[in-house]
Amino acid sequence: MFDLSPDEWTAVALSLRVSIVATLVALPFGIAIGWLLARKDFWGKIIVDGIVYLPLVLPPVVTGYLLLISFGRHGPIGAFFADYLGIVFSFRWTGAALSCGVMGFPLMVRPIRLAIEAIDRRLEDAAATLGAGGFLVFLTITLPLALPGVIAGAVMCFARSLGEFGATITFVSNIPGETQTISAAIYTLLQVPGGEALAGRLVVVAIVLALGALIASEWFARRAGMRFQGE
Amino acid sequence: MTVLAVDVEKRLGTFALAARFTATGGVTALFGPSGAGKTTLVNMIAGLIAPDGGTIAIDDTLLFDAGAGINVPPHRRHIGYVFQEGRLFPHLSVRQNLDYGRRVSRFLRDADGFARIAEMLDIGAILDRRSRTLSGGERQRVAIGRALLIRPRLLLLDEPLASLDAARKQEILPYLVRLRDAAHVPMVYVSHTASELRQIATNVVRLDAGRVVACGGIELLD
Repeated sequence: MFDLSPDEWTAVALSLRVSIVATLVALPFGIAIGWLLARKDFWGKIIVDGIVYLPLVLPPVVTGYLLLISFGRHGPIGAFFADYLGIVFSFRWTGAALSCGVMGFPLMVRPIRLAIEAIDRRLEDAAATLGAGGFLVFLTITLPLALPGVIAGAVMCFARSLGEFGATITFVSNIPGETQTISAAIYTLLQVPGGEALAGRLVVVAIVLALGALIASEWFARRAGMRFQGE
Repeated sequence: MTVLAVDVEKRLGTFALAARFTATGGVTALFGPSGAGKTTLVNMIAGLIAPDGGTIAIDDTLLFDAGAGINVPPHRRHIGYVFQEGRLFPHLSVRQNLDYGRRVSRFLRDADGFARIAEMLDIGAILDRRSRTLSGGERQRVAIGRALLIRPRLLLLDEPLASLDAARKQEILPYLVRLRDAAHVPMVYVSHTASELRQIATNVVRLDAGRVVACGGIELLD
């Protein structure tokens, strides 16, 4: 079942790389936005909230198109990244990671926000009286207590990235070895007569990866939660 | 010598607090019925709530002065605080809870303080346990130790025995008396129970409805 062809392995490896990079890069932003939405009241909070959740409700093709015109080689943000940071998104795996990160972001932010909202803030006050300044309180109290939510958010983003198709193919196309992830490879195989059998193996890989991610997250969250439940 | 000088006012909805008192060494009791503003007052001293006006000074250093725009944040006040519910950090062991203050701050490190305080509070045997496995009395002893280990200039105790049953109260009180007599840390002790304060207090500030109605010795508890 797992004697995949080199091309298929390439697609699987690319999917994993894209998803891991998307999740790791999105995580600090996800924690920051989750904290902001959980803790701060500011003018325009509803708008920030809306923008964060927009990729969840927009057609993925629209999200991909918006990424293309803003982060493409001639888009204003894309040009900046290319000229000043040497990072090119269009038709590269980095672009696939970007679109996966954007699509997974709302799923990442939600559990982080809920976890931070659920923390007893009186513990943070106690930490402050013991000499911890704001950022230290966040690092030593808030973040460890929100850890199950952070893990859940990261896994949701990772799983969403593995499955991302519409925005990615719109933004960076479907180039074998560069932007052809598992989903895109399955799609390509299904366009060819008799490709269903070949696609079947990748379908199994996709199911195994998604299930593995869910089980891993459950295990991590349980371990993290066990340490301080029921005080 | 005056350790703490408080002269503050605060409006919270329809509740108005305007209190003025000083505390010297020993144990100053903030005594009064529920809703008198005792907890609000200690939260102001700790820096967790900002008064609307007035001043708070400790050892002649201003911590808060509305007129001068001074408001030292809680983590720089160097005031220990023992809360009613303990507030131990659930993700840390007893030892890590006790060490928290030393690890996050640049407060003076006290090499032998840990052993001395662990012995005084009889918590040497539970150092590796998690807070959720502790009894209420053990939890409060750890909370007291944790606050003492930052070597505070002042120790605030807000109804430290209120969440314990009668037997547990009698278990903790001797430790607090020992603390008063041995540790030389001035304390502000909030309670609405006169019998408890009679065993520990040296001075009494009586509060009612957000006002100081009397200051004096423990005869005010009668």
